[in-house]
Amino acid sequence: MMESAAEAIRNYEKIKASKIPRVEPLTNGHRACQGCGEVLALRLVMKALGHNVIVVSATGCMEIISSPYPQTAWEVPWLHVAFENAAAVASGVEAAYKVMNRKGKINQPDVTFLAYGGDGGTADIGLQSLSGALERGHNFLYVCLDNEAYMNTGIQRSSSTPYGAMTTTSPPGKKSIGQMTWKKNVAAIAAAHEIPYVATASPAFHIDLMNKVRKGATVKGPAYIHIFSPCPTGWRCDPSVSVEVARLVVQTRIFPLYEVVDGKWRLTNKVKHPKPVIEYLKTQRRFRHLTEKEINKIQQRVDKEWEDLLKRCEY
Amino acid sequence: MGKRVGIEVSLAVSHAVMLADVDVIAAYPITPQTHIVEHLSELVADGLLDAEFIPVESEHSAMSTSVGASAAGARTFTATSSQGLALMVEIMYIASSLRLPIVMAVANRALSGPISIWNDHGDMMLSRDTGWIQTVAENGQEVFDLVLHAYRVAEDPRVMLPMIVNLDGFTLSHMIEPIEFLSQEEVNKYLRPYRAPIRMDPENPITMGPVGMPEVYTEAKKAQDEALKNSKKVIIEAWKEFGDLFGRYYSPVETYRMEDAETAILILGSLAETAMTAVDKMRDKGKKVGIIRPRLFRPFPADEIVEAVKNVKNLAVIDRAVALNGMGGPLSFEIRSVLYDANLHPYLKNYIAGLGGRDVTVDDFSDIVSDIESCAQKGVKPEYTIVNVRE
Repeated sequence: MMESAAEAIRNYEKIKASKIPRVEPLTNGHRACQGCGEVLALRLVMKALGHNVIVVSATGCMEIISSPYPQTAWEVPWLHVAFENAAAVASGVEAAYKVMNRKGKINQPDVTFLAYGGDGGTADIGLQSLSGALERGHNFLYVCLDNEAYMNTGIQRSSSTPYGAMTTTSPPGKKSIGQMTWKKNVAAIAAAHEIPYVATASPAFHIDLMNKVRKGATVKGPAYIHIFSPCPTGWRCDPSVSVEVARLVVQTRIFPLYEVVDGKWRLTNKVKHPKPVIEYLKTQRRFRHLTEKEINKIQQRVDKEWEDLLKRCEY
Repeated sequence: MGKRVGIEVSLAVSHAVMLADVDVIAAYPITPQTHIVEHLSELVADGLLDAEFIPVESEHSAMSTSVGASAAGARTFTATSSQGLALMVEIMYIASSLRLPIVMAVANRALSGPISIWNDHGDMMLSRDTGWIQTVAENGQEVFDLVLHAYRVAEDPRVMLPMIVNLDGFTLSHMIEPIEFLSQEEVNKYLRPYRAPIRMDPENPITMGPVGMPEVYTEAKKAQDEALKNSKKVIIEAWKEFGDLFGRYYSPVETYRMEDAETAILILGSLAETAMTAVDKMRDKGKKVGIIRPRLFRPFPADEIVEAVKNVKNLAVIDRAVALNGMGGPLSFEIRSVLYDANLHPYLKNYIAGLGGRDVTVDDFSDIVSDIESCAQKGVKPEYTIVNVRE
C-alpha cells in the first residue's frame, strides 16, 4: 500500500524563518508589475522547490512576464504550452520521467514536477485537465496563483472573482453590483478528488506558504495548493500594500489558510480575533462601490463559510 | 522476412507501436480509432510493452500530455479521429512549433455536423496546416510500415517534427487484412532508440514555449516552414532504407497504370484500391486511364505530382472532404496551385465523393471518368461537383 501523505510529510525538510532558502530558480529581471503578489508567491514556491524541478506553466501573466524570447527568468526547465492544459502537460512530463527511469533510459528519480496557472487557467478553462490529472494520480504539484480575475487580458471576471468585485466584464451599474456570483472554491474541488495533499496559502504568510509547497512536493501523488495572489493593477490598490492585502484577507477570514492531508482538514491559521471584512474590502477600489447592505451580505457569507470550514475540520 | 498474418488493421497499428517500444501513450476513446488504443492498453497490461498508458480525460489533454511526454524526451504515441482531432488542433500547432516528434494515427472520420462516425477526410484536411508531417495509407501493410517510418522520420535530428499516419476509418481501420509483420530484431535495425537533442531536464535547464514577440514570430514561423519542407528528403531516404531492409519500397506519390494515361484519377487513401479495380476494367475496354495517389500529404509532394500529371489530358481530383463554398474540395486547391506554377493545364474537374461513409463504388469511378471525358470534349467549364447526391 502507498505511504500515506501524513507519513510522507512527517520528516519533510521544514523551512524556518532563520533559514529561508537563498536560491532563486525564478530569478529577477522578469517583467511583472510593481507589487505583483502573484510573482511574489511564485518566487516563494520556487525557493521552496529549488532546482531539481520541471515547471509547466499555463498561459497567463506569469508566463508572459518571465519568458519573452530570447530572455528568460527561469533557472530551471520551464515549459509553456497553452492556457487550459498545464496539468495535462505536467501529466505527460511526469509519466515520461517515470517510464524512462523504469526503463533505465535516465537516472533521475527525484525530480519534482510543478504545474501552475492563474485562476482563469485553473478554475475556468483548465478545470477539466486539472481534474483529470488529479484523478489519474500523477505525482505532481499544482499551484493555482489566484488573483481573482483574468489580469493578463485586462481584468475580466473569472469564476474565482469574489462577489461584488468590479472587473471589466463585471462592472457595477444601475442593475448590477459588480460580480454577481460567489467565488468558486477550487481547493475544495481538488480535495474532493481525495488526493494526498491540498492546501491554501498567502504570500503574507511566506514561511507557511513555502512549507506547504515542500509538503506538496514530498507526498507521493497529486498535491494542490491554492495561493491568494494580490494584483494591485487589477484590484486598484497601491503596489506597496499588496502584502498587507494578502494578510488582511486571512485576518478577516475571507481566505482561510488550511491544509487537507489524506482527506483530513486542518486550519493552519485559526484567526482567533477576526477583523471585519470591511477592513479588507476598503483597501481596494474594485470594492469601493459596495453599499453597507452588500458588505453585510459578504460578512454573513464569510461567517457562514468559516463555520462550514470548522465543521470540515472536526474529526 | 517476417510472417504474414491476417489481422485487423487497428491492431497492426498497435503492434507497430509496440515494436517501436514507445514510452508514453495518451489515449482517449473515439470511434473509429478506439481499437488502436484498446489493444495498446492490453499490450501494456500484459507486460508486452513497457510504457505509461495515460487514459486522459479528453483529446485536448491527449495532445497536451503527448507534448509534455515528448518534451521530457519520451517516445510518444497517440491516436484519434474527427471531433477528437478537432479538439486537439489548438495543441497540434504548438506541438509542431515546439518541434516534438510525436506520432499519431488518425483513423479518418467525417466531422460533425451532422454527427457521423463514418469515413471521409474532413479531419485530415482540418489538420492540414498544423505543421505536422502527414502520410496517407492505402492498405493495412502500408499502415503498419508507415507507423514505423513515422518514428524514424519524426525523430531524425534533421527533422524533429510530429507526424500523422492517416488511415481510413472503418474501411481500413476495421478491416482484417494480411499483413507481413516485422520482428523486433528487424525493427531494431531500422529504428534506433530515441535520444532527444534537447529536453526538459533539470541538469540542463531550458525555457520551452516562450512568448514570441513581433520581432521573432515571423522568423520562428519561417524556420518551421523550412523544417517541414526539408523533411521531405529524410522521408524519402527513410522509405528507401525501409525498402532496402525489408523489400517494400514507398514513394511520395504512387501511380497506377499511368504509362500512357490520358485521364487520371487523383485520390488519397484506401479508396484508391476501388479505383484500381475500375481502372483495370476500363483499361480492358481500351480506355487510357490511370491513378495518381499521393502517399505524402505534408510536406506536399509538388514535384512528384507534376511529374505524374504532365502528360494527362484530363485530371479528376477526388476529394473526400468539402470546403464549403470554396473553390471545390481542399485537395483540388493544392493540385491547382501545383499545376499553375508548373504551367500545366489538363482539364481538371473536382469530384467530392464518399462523404461521411457514403460508398464510392467501382461503377462510380467509371462514371467519373466518363463524365470528365465528356465534359472535356464538350468544353464545359469544369465546376466542382458532389458525387451521388440524392435529389
